[in-house]
Amino acid sequence: MQDQQFIAAIANEADGQVEAADPLKTLRPTQSAGASSTIAHIAYVLKSNPVTLVSFGLFFLMVLAAVLGPYIVPYDPLASNSAATLQPPSWAHWFGTDQLGRDVFSRIVIATRLDLFIATSAVALSFVIGSILGSLAGYFGGWFDTISGRVIDTIMAFPLFVLAMGIVAALGNTVENIIYATAIINIPFYARVARGEVNIRRNAGFVHAARLSGNNDLRVLALHIFPNALPPMMVQISLNLGWAILNAAGLSFIGLGVRPPTPEWGIMVAEGAQFIVSGEWWLAFFPGICLMLAVLTFNLMGDGLRDMVDPAQRT
Amino acid sequence: MLSSRTITVLLRLWQALPVLFGVIVVTFLLTRALPGDPAVYFAGPAADAESIAEIRKSLGLDKSLPQQFLIYLDDLSRGDLGQSLSTGQSVLADLTTRLPASLELTFAALLLSTMIAIPLGILAALNPGHLIDHACRLLVTMGVSLPTFFTGLVLVFFFYYLLGWAPSPIGRLDFAYLPPPHVTGFYTIDALLAGDPETAWAAAAQVFLPAVTLALFTLAPIARMTRAAMIQALSSEYIRTARAAGLSSRKVILTYALGNAMLPVVTTLGMVFSFTLGANVLVEKVFAWPGIGSYAVEALVVSDYAAVQGFVLSMAILFVLLNLFVDIVYTLIDPRIGSAT
Repeated sequence: MQDQQFIAAIANEADGQVEAADPLKTLRPTQSAGASSTIAHIAYVLKSNPVTLVSFGLFFLMVLAAVLGPYIVPYDPLASNSAATLQPPSWAHWFGTDQLGRDVFSRIVIATRLDLFIATSAVALSFVIGSILGSLAGYFGGWFDTISGRVIDTIMAFPLFVLAMGIVAALGNTVENIIYATAIINIPFYARVARGEVNIRRNAGFVHAARLSGNNDLRVLALHIFPNALPPMMVQISLNLGWAILNAAGLSFIGLGVRPPTPEWGIMVAEGAQFIVSGEWWLAFFPGICLMLAVLTFNLMGDGLRDMVDPAQRT
Repeated sequence: MLSSRTITVLLRLWQALPVLFGVIVVTFLLTRALPGDPAVYFAGPAADAESIAEIRKSLGLDKSLPQQFLIYLDDLSRGDLGQSLSTGQSVLADLTTRLPASLELTFAALLLSTMIAIPLGILAALNPGHLIDHACRLLVTMGVSLPTFFTGLVLVFFFYYLLGWAPSPIGRLDFAYLPPPHVTGFYTIDALLAGDPETAWAAAAQVFLPAVTLALFTLAPIARMTRAAMIQALSSEYIRTARAAGLSSRKVILTYALGNAMLPVVTTLGMVFSFTLGANVLVEKVFAWPGIGSYAVEALVVSDYAAVQGFVLSMAILFVLLNLFVDIVYTLIDPRIGSAT
């Protein structure tokens, strides 16, 4: 199964803390022996699949833009300049200027932070809530499993983007509510993966051993079983991040959440849309391309991570 | 006695009921979680405390939550989704007049994408590792990464602004034409039924770009699933047997492999429909398409909650029913289901 060597890289951290207090170390799937071969495996995957390498590079670039954005942009993203409106891309304005003379390049770079923030916090929320729900359901089963399963089925019964629209409409039109809505519609995916991964291990040998040595159920679940469910969850996170970015950008495209003049990719595409038919393509094109590249990056990273975690599932 | 297959279908119908109920509960809770007081909202700016209390009573908002839920269920059973504030019509009437536009777009898109995705998936599965396989993979990866609203705008820029091939993105029909008499609600079909090929052509030209936009988005999962299902089918023993028996490769691939591979593809189509219902909202906004998606967006902008909730509920019910339909079709076409139980 998946609790083999390749888990080490990700699960080591969580396991490190347990190691000292755990007398049955030898009975649990050992990670230390697999560590070096895991790194070799990751290096092998990256080398044989340059696309994954490129996606990691792009990801690094995005994080850089999000962190350093305000310090490196050439113009103030909010400063309008009536002397230079709707200018096509040039050396002074790489991505041109918009209808108020604001520099599109600066706005795109600044927007990276907000877009990544919305996506990561939404995915983090759904990861935490989904993991807890799914793990408890998978470990204990019974009525909790039935009820949480029903709730998840109900969420999945909605077209998810439509549900997100409804949630934002009901909670109020703010950025936080975009995050909550995106988190809620993603919870089912994590809960299902966590439930499945926990469920197949609840009676494994190392779990019995951990229980026999006096760990209570919650401790066994949190420290012994859950770390083994992390690798498939990581793949899910990466694929989900791209989807969360698309979802949030879609919501702001239809006028929910982020308000102008805040720079955000979805709203920039929406504002640029009216200029497409008159030929000022750069307003919508560049933020749209960035959006696409961001989603592509996370999708490719997800595929790469899956190759590392579970070579059997390679397509 | 009922046959085991009938029992399977009935069981599946029975299983859909709690989901439908859950959908209604969630939509109800969304309505009640509104910020602010709907009574104040309905009463208008000039209302005093007394008239607000009166309106609260007439809306049933002074009752307990379970009571309100029963009233909501009662309204729903009579098809009453409330009144739209912006159009002044009942939400149900608004949705039904606009539904054909959305369905025409969705069906055109799904037709287009299955016509491309299924052959592509088959070809990719037949030549794994070859150029066509890589092209398929590229298309799949790009397809899921493209924001639909962005694809739509790029298509408008190229085919309307630069090349001038497409009509301007202003809805279902150019101002120069009159909508055909209502039969199915699909302009292209209605115009053909009315014997007006010119209008039919104009309507088809309008639906083309938004349909391509949606199709590019739905291509990816269908092509991916077709490829995976075909690869699995082709490596199975009955295909080896069929080949060993000397059947032509055309018959082996198209009859035996494809026939079996279509089952998971049908399931994927149901899922794709869900994506499409969401993506519709965005595409309809880009192309000013007067469907239920743009209705919901307009309602959202002016905080017309009854309309938004009606839209969410009807989309969810449509989706549940569609999945139910897909599952039942699946049961009927797969001889293995039901016979084993």
